[in-house]
Amino acid sequence: MKPDLDRHKLFSRRAMLIGTGQFALMGALVARMYYLQVLERDKYATLAEENRISLRLIQPARGRLVDRFGEVLAANRQSYRAVVIAEKVGDVKQMVDMLSTVIEISDRDRKKFMKEARRKRAFVPITVRDNLDWQEVSRIEVNTPDLQGVFVESGQTRDYPLGADAAHALGFVAAVSEAEQTGDPLLELPTFRIGKLGVEKTYDTILRGKAGRSQVEVNAHGRIIKELSRVEPVPGTDLVLTLDRGLQAFVSDRLREEPSASAVVLDVHTGQVLALGSQPSFDPLKFHDGIDHKSWRLLNGAETKPLINKALNGEFAPGSTFKMCVALAALEAGLITPQTRFVCRGVKVLGGARFHCWKRGGHGSVALKWGIKQSCDVYFYEVARRCGVDRIAAMANRLGLGAPVGIDIKGEKPGFIPTAAWKFATLGEKWQPGEDLVAGIGQGYITTTPLQLAVMTARMVNGGRGVVPHISRDNLTEEGLKPREYEKAPDLGISKRSLGLIVDAMSGVVNESGGTARRGRIDEPGMSMGGKTGTAQVRRITAAERARGVKKNRDLPWKLRDHGLFVGFGPVDEPRYAVSVVLQHGSSSRYAVPVARDIMRETLWRDPLNLGPAERARKQAASAEGGEEN
Amino acid sequence: MAISALRANSEYLSVFAKLGRVSWPLVLLTAVIASIGFTLLYSAAGADFDKWAASMLMRYLVGLGLMFMIAVVDLKFWLRSAYFIYLGGIALLVVVELQGVSSGGATRWIALPGGTRLQPSEIMKIGLVIALARYFHSTTIEDVGKIRYLIAPVVLIMIPAAMVLKQPDLGTTLMLMATGVAVLFVAGVRMWKFATIGAIGLLAIPIAWASLKDYQKLRVLTFLDPESDPLGSGYHIIQSKIALGSGGIAGKGFLKGTQSHLKFLPEQQTDFIFTILAEEFGMMGGLFLLGVFAAIVVVSMVIAVRSRNQFGRILAMGLSINFFLYFFINLAMVMGLIPVVGVPLPMVSYGGTVMIALMVGFGFIQCVHVHRDMAIHRTDPS
Repeated sequence: MKPDLDRHKLFSRRAMLIGTGQFALMGALVARMYYLQVLERDKYATLAEENRISLRLIQPARGRLVDRFGEVLAANRQSYRAVVIAEKVGDVKQMVDMLSTVIEISDRDRKKFMKEARRKRAFVPITVRDNLDWQEVSRIEVNTPDLQGVFVESGQTRDYPLGADAAHALGFVAAVSEAEQTGDPLLELPTFRIGKLGVEKTYDTILRGKAGRSQVEVNAHGRIIKELSRVEPVPGTDLVLTLDRGLQAFVSDRLREEPSASAVVLDVHTGQVLALGSQPSFDPLKFHDGIDHKSWRLLNGAETKPLINKALNGEFAPGSTFKMCVALAALEAGLITPQTRFVCRGVKVLGGARFHCWKRGGHGSVALKWGIKQSCDVYFYEVARRCGVDRIAAMANRLGLGAPVGIDIKGEKPGFIPTAAWKFATLGEKWQPGEDLVAGIGQGYITTTPLQLAVMTARMVNGGRGVVPHISRDNLTEEGLKPREYEKAPDLGISKRSLGLIVDAMSGVVNESGGTARRGRIDEPGMSMGGKTGTAQVRRITAAERARGVKKNRDLPWKLRDHGLFVGFGPVDEPRYAVSVVLQHGSSSRYAVPVARDIMRETLWRDPLNLGPAERARKQAASAEGGEEN
Repeated sequence: MAISALRANSEYLSVFAKLGRVSWPLVLLTAVIASIGFTLLYSAAGADFDKWAASMLMRYLVGLGLMFMIAVVDLKFWLRSAYFIYLGGIALLVVVELQGVSSGGATRWIALPGGTRLQPSEIMKIGLVIALARYFHSTTIEDVGKIRYLIAPVVLIMIPAAMVLKQPDLGTTLMLMATGVAVLFVAGVRMWKFATIGAIGLLAIPIAWASLKDYQKLRVLTFLDPESDPLGSGYHIIQSKIALGSGGIAGKGFLKGTQSHLKFLPEQQTDFIFTILAEEFGMMGGLFLLGVFAAIVVVSMVIAVRSRNQFGRILAMGLSINFFLYFFINLAMVMGLIPVVGVPLPMVSYGGTVMIALMVGFGFIQCVHVHRDMAIHRTDPS
């Protein structure tokens, strides 16, 4: 222990030295405190009491969102609130009673105010009532003498003219959360709002604008005495969207008749999104000032998921709407011709398993066009068996399925397109021929989003060009907004002949006898639609059940009903628009068809190039009369 | 791990006997500091307890539990685990490097499930001290005099210092290096070596200056002349001085500070929290806080000197120096004596990892105190 004794002695000596040093440094702190707080006290007290310069940020106005015709989709509204500064009021409770004779104050507001008034310091303005209208503001102003300590403050509230009808596409703004703080002081302003969803989120950076600064002199109570200098804020950039406000409202209205539905309307040549609907929806303003717990639970817990944008985030089996992919894959591989015939007897047997056609008696001898028009399952079982899942997957990928299509709204889901290699890699099992058959009718592992289905349709009817959907007219680059270059959409390398066959067959589905979507026919002159139905099963039908007679879907609980789908395009001879409609648990495609028809009719009706019959007649008459316009 | 360690030592002292040997004055002093912290956070939030103070109270209680747990574990267990703790700290720093969370241009945090964030550099401070204590526990007084025995500890210091500097976090880097150097000093490294290093350091200032980031240079420059940019980077220092100075001897009274609630000083709940104390409680409040801090340092140093084993001595001393550096750097910064480097006021500033790390540190000091009469031979463990 001798050496340790030496070490201990040395340690103690050094520790004493360190301790002495520490006390010397603490002495310096004490001296500094004495200097600042005793010797220089008056100087700093004066600085604190009188001329205090405070740097305040001025919030920029958020950029507006307008539709393709310049109609406002999101703007800012001046809003007014009544605040009370407790130290300027004798009895706070009495003042609120007095104020409630002038404006309406709910019990909830009153409770909230009293709670805050107890906690906050006396000179902090506390809100009594939000969203005062003009009459209330003027009533307060008139009664100012009796309302000492009550002030009206103004702020900006986001305003969405379409309300819930465009909530998913546009998103909403809300207070900045702690996790979103970046150190930018603008984000720390309690009244500042940032985009949390949809377009408001994707384009938040350019919509925000730049904060202004105001250098003000304030007195000991924080009251501004004068403004010394001011840098005006730079308002956010207005963003032009490709949406058509009227169509968006129409689509949402039409979908509202269903418990849970979504629809997308695209321009097939550009990929512009004209409408993007998802129902049920929610009020985007609910989030502006913080949503209360109960509403949040109600929205978040609902079975129909109102907060989810199903057009982008709903992944559904495409059912028979997938059959065009299967047909194109086989046509392009030269495995079938339009004349190749298969016989449908209502069921296909493969390796002991029975694969049923939706039509119990079968379709007889079926070729491509009849197969699509009748949506014959046995025909597509046979095509898919010849083709194999990998060829089908490759075609589906080209048409935009199986991966996010790249719309400029964050959070888009990828859907899923299986391949044999995928199954082996993840499940460790070989791909079974029976699974080819299931894939052939768009069931099994396959899932797609309504947006992807619209993109698939657009790419099939626009001559096979890989358009990418987008909702902002301009492209956001590092240098800001730049016009998009539409001619850059790549050719997907699918032959015009195959595509022509598909478009013709899809037209037949709606417009010819024997088509499964005859009720989707649009008869107005100059307007027409082609398309394809799809019913996606969500439960397995057992052999016993089949023998007993399959239960009517509308008799099942909502969650077990089939999804009803339809993809369409119009006009038939010169396609400009694609539409996809998915009725979640909507029982059958037969209910999706009229929805898609109404949406397509409205789309064509509103197309500036397509003047509509009445308008066209007037135009013709006008040109016959004068002709000075042309 | 802790269970087996407890059992191994149970032949000497039961857990309750150990708890009886804990330094209760030190427990009390830390509680006083933490309470001052809750009071100031309540004031900083505009008389709102829930905003910051409540979560700090939770962390303090968690930290208190950790402190007692660490204190009753056999000191020999910590001696054996010392290098593993150090390596654990390094591993966490590597995680920061690979997938850390950035904020304000620096990557210092690891995101934890549940939205909280961990700042491994705070844990590293303890890891460094415990590893150095382990190293110098095994060296003889002659060894320490030889330069080749100093290579390992210098490397132990430089690795985390370099990693933290890269984040970048100048304040923590300086603290790691200063703590390390102080430990070398108490371990008995010869005086002339420190003089040499000091001289080299002075010569290296121009090089260091060139490698500083622009914002860091700006901080040094505005420190030298804050009035040159009163609304830019000198703003903090000027406003901080006004808060202190206008507080006077007795202060303006609890919740009556004008500098803070008029938002002259942003982010007052973190590094500049002392300004609230100085403004609302004046120099009296400041002296009281400093007195409690000083008492903590003295108690820790007495614990260090009382210990019958070198590991405990250096561990307690190193942690006490680390604690001293925390509050000294913070207070000197707030009072405008040194540039603003971003070091929190220990146990008072709002911030989760620092509170927990400090309580863990006190746990080790308590552990040294509990085992003050345990002699551990230099070669144990071999």
